[in-house]
Amino acid sequence: MSNERCDIAIVGAGPAGMSAAIIAARLGASVVVLDEQRGAGGQIYRAITDAPARRVDLLGPDYAAGRSLADAFAASGARHLTNAAVWQVTPEGAVHYLRDGATSTLQAGRVVLCSGAMERPFPIPGWTLPGVLTAGAAQILLKSADVVPAEPVVLAGCGPLLYLLGWQYVRAGVPIRALVDTTSMEDYRRALSHLGGALAGWRYLKKGLSLMRVLKRAGVPFHTGAENLAAEGDDGVEALRFTAGGKAHRIETSTLLLHHGVVPNTQFTWSLRAGHTWDDAQLCWRPEADAWGALDVPGIHVAGDGLGIGGALAAAQQGELAALGAMHGLGRITTAERDKLAEPLRAALREHLRIRPFLDALYRPKKANRIPADDVIVCRCEEVAAGAIRHFVALGCDGPNQAKAFGRCGMGPCQGRQCGLTVTELIADARGVTPAEVGYYRIRPPIKPISLGELAGAE
Amino acid sequence: MPTNVRFRSLVPADASPRGEPMVNLFFDGRGLQAPAGCSVAAALLANGVSTFRTTPVSGAPRAPYCMMGACFDCLVDIDGQPNRQSCLVAVAEGMQVKTQAGLRSFDGADAVIAEEAAHVE
Amino acid sequence: MNTSDLIVVGGGLVGTALAYGAARNGTRVTVLDEGDDAFRASRGNFGLVWVQGKGFGMTPYARWTMRSAAQWPQLAEALNTDTGIDVQLRQPGGFHFCFSDEEMQAREARMRSISDALDGNYSFEMLDHASLKARLPGIGPAVAGASYTRMDGHANPLKLLRALHAACRHHGVRFAQGSRATRITPQAGGFEIEAGTATWHAPRVVLAAGLGNRELAPQVGLFAPVQPNRGQVLVGERVARFLDHPTTYVRQTDEGTIQLGDSLEDVGLDDGTTADVLSTIARRGVRSFPVLESLRLVRAWGALRVMTPDGFPIYQASTQCPGAFVVTCHSGVTLAANHAFSIAPWIAGSAGDGAPAGIESFSGDRFLNGNETFQHAH
Repeated sequence: MSNERCDIAIVGAGPAGMSAAIIAARLGASVVVLDEQRGAGGQIYRAITDAPARRVDLLGPDYAAGRSLADAFAASGARHLTNAAVWQVTPEGAVHYLRDGATSTLQAGRVVLCSGAMERPFPIPGWTLPGVLTAGAAQILLKSADVVPAEPVVLAGCGPLLYLLGWQYVRAGVPIRALVDTTSMEDYRRALSHLGGALAGWRYLKKGLSLMRVLKRAGVPFHTGAENLAAEGDDGVEALRFTAGGKAHRIETSTLLLHHGVVPNTQFTWSLRAGHTWDDAQLCWRPEADAWGALDVPGIHVAGDGLGIGGALAAAQQGELAALGAMHGLGRITTAERDKLAEPLRAALREHLRIRPFLDALYRPKKANRIPADDVIVCRCEEVAAGAIRHFVALGCDGPNQAKAFGRCGMGPCQGRQCGLTVTELIADARGVTPAEVGYYRIRPPIKPISLGELAGAE
Repeated sequence: MPTNVRFRSLVPADASPRGEPMVNLFFDGRGLQAPAGCSVAAALLANGVSTFRTTPVSGAPRAPYCMMGACFDCLVDIDGQPNRQSCLVAVAEGMQVKTQAGLRSFDGADAVIAEEAAHVE
Repeated sequence: MNTSDLIVVGGGLVGTALAYGAARNGTRVTVLDEGDDAFRASRGNFGLVWVQGKGFGMTPYARWTMRSAAQWPQLAEALNTDTGIDVQLRQPGGFHFCFSDEEMQAREARMRSISDALDGNYSFEMLDHASLKARLPGIGPAVAGASYTRMDGHANPLKLLRALHAACRHHGVRFAQGSRATRITPQAGGFEIEAGTATWHAPRVVLAAGLGNRELAPQVGLFAPVQPNRGQVLVGERVARFLDHPTTYVRQTDEGTIQLGDSLEDVGLDDGTTADVLSTIARRGVRSFPVLESLRLVRAWGALRVMTPDGFPIYQASTQCPGAFVVTCHSGVTLAANHAFSIAPWIAGSAGDGAPAGIESFSGDRFLNGNETFQHAH
């Protein structure tokens, strides 16, 4: 149990966190980076620091690019606290964390939150069955343990991460029974209006197209415009049903990997009562922040996918910008110095974000896969179905907190991570108002589980 | 015990990724092996474990969904500590992992004896 | 045009209990309730239906509390009948732990004083460590003892709120959501209430708006000087049945989660949590039941009690503006039965129902004496 101080505390050692640490340390700040994993990398570069060459090659060049960043971070002079679970960040800059079974508090001059993104919940019938995982989970299994599906696997949903995973599986010799794509002609049409941005981000486009080529050449069966997805099974998933091309399909599988985008992890920012806006292009909540990632809670910055989905390269730029903002806030660099260092970062950030509107439009998750039918479980922890929540709305619950009080959705261990977005959108849809009007769960600490004994031992 | 071998290791069992030693652990008494540094969740999945826990609400079977500590469906009992997120814990030699069957309980010795619940007439 | 007999300002535990009590006797009721992110003391509730220790220095409150606890089973049954919701009332008796001999002595003195003021109609036991351990084997060595009464119990406060809402609707109560009352104007034949962009009219109005009562009461010639008082609570994971009896600081809910409280803090309108207070609550929990050391915490919250200067409720009918009432308390669960069965008929003016006996003790005017200072003992 210790209490220490530092200039800048960074929560999360992914691309945003590592980049922020590197520049802050170089500018002379005392920096502490806290991360719950045992090595740097976050999720996108998970296990990069001790990945063997053959795995790095398998995962592809985007993953490999994380290596130099991780090396620079290791050499930066920033203190890296591994296996540290941050359970509360206060507006006053106190970072409470759990490590080795003991709680400690780090008092920081500035805090940069880089807790990244989570998979968007995918509430279809049967999504809670054993054997149904997210594409992100499958990537983590691959990156951290060389574990892949043992039998032909079904990938379902949409978005670059899904296709990337398929590409990685093809390279690894993992048979893919089907790629069930929910992208429809309407999505392509909608995305066309953002083609300018896509062409400006042509490197991303080129990469995406070549991914698809590899999948098609490998003979992966594609189904497009898929709707009415449902996982079937008793003790585990046994098949995926869906309709596509006017036909009903049923594909047997014991492993189903779902993905329709990632969303900012907003547990910390909501717990700080920072302002958030509903982003209708990305269908998620984003913390309100200025050009330096500073929240309306003074002294707290956010960088990376936690600010809004932009990918690893954008996250790195945002991490540096947040660090510059924090250093300036601490009076360690002048406005002129800050702005000069920021210039190339802003230019690079703009470039990396050019493709976003196109991707957001093309891979917009389907309403039916975000706002499910009555009998589909919405809150996995407390097993509350969509119909129950609609019933609470009929009883007068206007928002998620009243619905929570009435039906326990959001009260389980995940504290709304898997159901929050669904509940917000479901209530908005039932009431006929916007998600912005409905709001989100009140998020409270502990952001990570802590035992009574561990808390009792704290200051 | 019924298992559903959904996952496998890309690397043959006797040649772990970087010459790391293999670790012996147990799931519901069954001996398993996994490379040191691997998460308990990955180890269980690669060894054919299908159900990690049954829910307190309905007894439904659950297994990992997100693998990053955000879904809490990978909860198992590890060395007598219930409800541990197995995707966030690394395997250790001799580790005893058990299905988290519904609610956790406190050790029997310290359990509180319940009086009959009575409604006032 | 609105055709209510009674408007209830506030849709929390107090407001809905009043609305329910009135509506089931045939009164046409409208409830004006705020939005989803209001402070809502009703959502931050420990769930105790608690008698012991209350009314120290104010015997009418001790009587008032005992009455409500005794009538609670009727409330639970009525709600179940009307809605099918079981609010999980359990009244097995409750314990108040003491952690030192001084605390035991002070506690005994307090309980004795209440009992004497009630001519001994107040049965309680002081249990030393050994006697307590015989009843609750899981207590830790640091627990010196406890006071116990058979009258104490607990219920599920969120199910209660939900049941009251559903029961209200069952009896035709109209709810106006997102309607924060800002102005009440007495008129001929009743009152006009502005809430948002709408105005409401009724011959009778009761202010059950929690902290909002402070601003509203003077508009109808009443005085309700309430202030926020924060309590923090820790919520643990669900556990197999471990504790049937409620205790002041630790209880297990019907769903199996463990709740630990609490605190009394004057921090204004801040319902956040602080690591130091949570730590103190955690320490007391572990000292009470050492097995709880391994309990995983899921959530911590703070909520604002609606606190009068002396901590006792305010029930008052306005003489300046007949037909207007104010109701405020910080024990919305314990007093729910009284609110539904005794206060509601009085407010609704149901034939034959005069003011409940002794209600004058709870008049808000008691705070108008500028020379007196008050202290609230929880």
